[in-house]
Amino acid sequence: MIAEFGYGVITVAFLVALYSVGAAIYGEQTKSAGWVESARRAMLLLWPLISLSAASLIYLLVTNHFEVSFVYEVTSREMPTYLKITAWWGGQSGSLVFWSWLMAAFASLVTLRKWDRDREFLPWVIVVTSITTAFFLGLVVFYQNPFAFFWQGPDGKLITDAAGNAIKGMLAPVAGASLAIPADGNGLNPLLRHPGMIIHPPMLYLGFVSFVIPYAFAIAALITGRTDDRWIRITRRWTLWAWLFLSCGLVLGSRWAYDVLGWGGFWGWDPVEIAALMPWLTGTAFLHSVMIQEKRGLLKQWNMLLIILTYSLVIFGTFLTRSGVLSSVHAFAQSAIGPVFFAFIGITLVGSVALLIYRWPELRGETEMKSMLSREALFLLNNLLFMSVLVVCFWGVVFPIISQLFTGQTVTVGPPFYQTAVAPLFAALMLLMGVAPLSAWGHSSLKTLGRAIWKSAAAALLLTVLLFFTYTANAIALAGFFLVALVLFVTVQEFWRATFARMRAQAENFFTAFWRLVGRDRRRYGGYIIHISMMLMAIGILGINVFQVQTQGTVPINSSLSLSGYTVKYDSIAQFPGPDGRQVTRAVVSVYQGNAYLGDLYPRIDYYSDQQQSMTIPGQRSTLKDDLYIILVDWQPTSANGATFKIFVNPLVNWLWIGAILFLFGIIIAAWPERDAERVPARTRRLQQTDGKQTSAAD
Amino acid sequence: MTMKRLFGTSILALLAAAFFTGLVLAQQPVPTPSDDQVNHIAHQLYCPVCENTPLDVCPTEACRQWRDLIRQQLAQGWTEDQIKQYFVQQYGVRVLAEPPQSGLNWLIYILPPLIILAGAFILFRALRTWTRPASASAAVGANESAAQDEYVARLEEELKKRK
Amino acid sequence: MTGTTPNTARRAVPLWAQIIIWVSLLGLLVMVAIELNHSQQGQVARGDRIGNFTMPLFSGFELNGQGQFNLADYHGKVVMVNFWASWCKPCEQEAPDLEQAWQFYQGDGRVVFVGADYVDTEPEARAYLAKFGITFANGPDLGTRVSQLFRIKGVPETYFIDRQGILQYAQIGPFESVDEIKSIIDPLLK
Repeated sequence: MIAEFGYGVITVAFLVALYSVGAAIYGEQTKSAGWVESARRAMLLLWPLISLSAASLIYLLVTNHFEVSFVYEVTSREMPTYLKITAWWGGQSGSLVFWSWLMAAFASLVTLRKWDRDREFLPWVIVVTSITTAFFLGLVVFYQNPFAFFWQGPDGKLITDAAGNAIKGMLAPVAGASLAIPADGNGLNPLLRHPGMIIHPPMLYLGFVSFVIPYAFAIAALITGRTDDRWIRITRRWTLWAWLFLSCGLVLGSRWAYDVLGWGGFWGWDPVEIAALMPWLTGTAFLHSVMIQEKRGLLKQWNMLLIILTYSLVIFGTFLTRSGVLSSVHAFAQSAIGPVFFAFIGITLVGSVALLIYRWPELRGETEMKSMLSREALFLLNNLLFMSVLVVCFWGVVFPIISQLFTGQTVTVGPPFYQTAVAPLFAALMLLMGVAPLSAWGHSSLKTLGRAIWKSAAAALLLTVLLFFTYTANAIALAGFFLVALVLFVTVQEFWRATFARMRAQAENFFTAFWRLVGRDRRRYGGYIIHISMMLMAIGILGINVFQVQTQGTVPINSSLSLSGYTVKYDSIAQFPGPDGRQVTRAVVSVYQGNAYLGDLYPRIDYYSDQQQSMTIPGQRSTLKDDLYIILVDWQPTSANGATFKIFVNPLVNWLWIGAILFLFGIIIAAWPERDAERVPARTRRLQQTDGKQTSAAD
Repeated sequence: MTMKRLFGTSILALLAAAFFTGLVLAQQPVPTPSDDQVNHIAHQLYCPVCENTPLDVCPTEACRQWRDLIRQQLAQGWTEDQIKQYFVQQYGVRVLAEPPQSGLNWLIYILPPLIILAGAFILFRALRTWTRPASASAAVGANESAAQDEYVARLEEELKKRK
Repeated sequence: MTGTTPNTARRAVPLWAQIIIWVSLLGLLVMVAIELNHSQQGQVARGDRIGNFTMPLFSGFELNGQGQFNLADYHGKVVMVNFWASWCKPCEQEAPDLEQAWQFYQGDGRVVFVGADYVDTEPEARAYLAKFGITFANGPDLGTRVSQLFRIKGVPETYFIDRQGILQYAQIGPFESVDEIKSIIDPLLK
């Protein structure tokens, strides 16, 4: 009954979403505020409806209703309840419900805002968000129904199709069929049972979903022809939050890979990882270039392009993981939704690009660039670099498809390709990060820039020389460290200068001055904090890429392996059943540095007998200097050889996680809602003067 | 970066190899290649059956067999390139971490730089167009290009008249 | 300088740029569509004509003394192609049945069995063949060319090609018994 209810409600939600699209378009065409309002209310209804459906799904998951196919696929009796709940997004069909649910939540939030002066955007924002929601709901209703049942014939045999797959459906496929109730479910993929993996997909989905909102406004602006920067102003904070979620998702994913996959690394340049990185790249470029539009009225076309690109990449990324076109550790099993998804992408892309080309002439910039070294010029360079990274990533992901098509050969595009291509681009981005904050809007010259930067550059150089003598002679690492130091010094100096200016001018103490400084221009100083955090992350990335060392060996008990100063002694091994049906094989090793005992580590292998899948959980010892990362590779109970361990020393990698935390902190500062009325930005002020438009200061 | 790392690991592998050969020499007459030597090559190959998993970290039984195969080949004195070649021949090009630089695969190495250069060129030109009004008053060079533009405009106008 | 700078002019996207944009966009979409279609395709279906292929055979597992299997040579016979691997557990389940079936048909002369060893290592493959006493022709599927031809999704999978070279039956997953194999081959011999 519950399953039928859930399916019924989600079908109604789908119809309501379609209605809101229709009503919004009709209301817009007939200039009828009533119809638009009706569309708006329909959209508000979506979230409660999907919530009801989701609640029924969760109920089914938690209460072991294995006759429901999705419940069977992702849960089993022995799974703890919290895992049964999070199994909601552990499989294709459930995660589509989850996607729609988040999408509807954001759509509701956006419809609840005050629309007074942006009425003309409203119908089109409703149309775009509702179409997207309806699309995902449609996938659930027609193609990937999590509520579908298994059926058995009167003979008690599961009803299957010709290929032997169980036929799933809400209604009996043949007369006289009854529900088939398996005794136990398949259980969730063990890889997805890690806490990081439980939060990682929702964060990514949140990021994906919240990028739909700025896109919807951009399209509304294109359709209505109100192409000034109003849409950007409205969606600025949405974009920042979207960026926050997406970044969070990426960081959590990396941490999960580091903790669970046992590669000794956190980023494998897997196509699906890249698919999640790509919208982040365009999103980051967008965050920078909108500032130019706000400050200087330039780049309207470019910003439109970027947000369309971001949205397309979000959908494209989701498509890649779900259609079976790309296969990877992250991919959902191949399914029937591929073609439908493809059609949706095609229509979205073609529609958006056509609109953009149609409005192109009206999106011209209004002022000129004054200097090649002005901040806006440097921001453009930043955009160019982000786009270059995107090109590399996109091409790397798409190339195997092209190769398959033209030569019939499957090729792998792996880390070496990306690392070589991307490293210089990121180095250039770092250099820009050092220079751009010092340049002025409108006009800068080599001389002014040089005067501002020389102290930091000299200090960075000094530090690099110091590192050369004390730490490393590796040229790449030194170049990297120089750039990191440069950006850090420049950014800290910016904080320092402004704080001191404030201390003197307002007679405040250091902390008050600092606090108020950041509070006054959250976006700028939040951005600087993000820059600093990026540099900390760069230290970690440099560390693992340049200095990582590893060794592997098979040792008997009480013997040891050594690697870069560490000695790892194999003490004992034990096998015991763990929670939720896994067999744990856990080794105890003691770690020494020189002769000093540092502690024990417990690398282990968890074997999930139900899924016949094992997971290698490393033993880790993290310090700011390096991580000791030990993997239990193999263990033969009968052989006298003992166990095989693989040991990594990952220098500096901890800085990546420290940086990541600071990074999130920085975004939150930048995205935090401002309490006081927004100041009228320069653009609007000029607009007031030129077209005499009535724009009030309060927003 | 990768070169450096390869270099580092290979040195390490050699050291470890020396260490282990010393260790096992007493029992075995033929030195068995160490895990590090095997992993060094396995790292550059992808598991032919799993998706996007380098051979050195892949935990499946099949991958263990492939690593053993590499070990045997090393013991027989095969070079790194020979082993890679063998894997390509047996399991297809997809086992390589990077597409080989031949045929259509050149596209993957050439296209991104070309697009990036094109992007840089477009950006540079756009910047020039934007900065021209400001610099025209100051710089002579910019004046010249502006004058040229006026010349082009006049030319086009005359062309139109002749139609 | 006059007040009208070029960038304030309302210019549309030039035609050549539009053409480039649309061509590359549609090109991308078409390519993804083809690839999607490819990945949506299941294994070769019943009634499909199987294109010719050749496959080297392990020494000791030749067919009629030839070290290479060429499908075209066996036109007019029923050909069974079995995909397996030494690391594949379900394959072990059906291996004795396959060998028993081969013993049954070997004398007949109208049936050919050939095993394609999917991404495997030769020593392990040989150990596997020895363990189950396999005697029918077997060889490595070099570069996964044969498995790509059949678009297999995993191992074991077994394909039965009739005397006209048309695929008549595809078995996904292991066989349960010798009789099951026989029940597929016998109708093809009539």
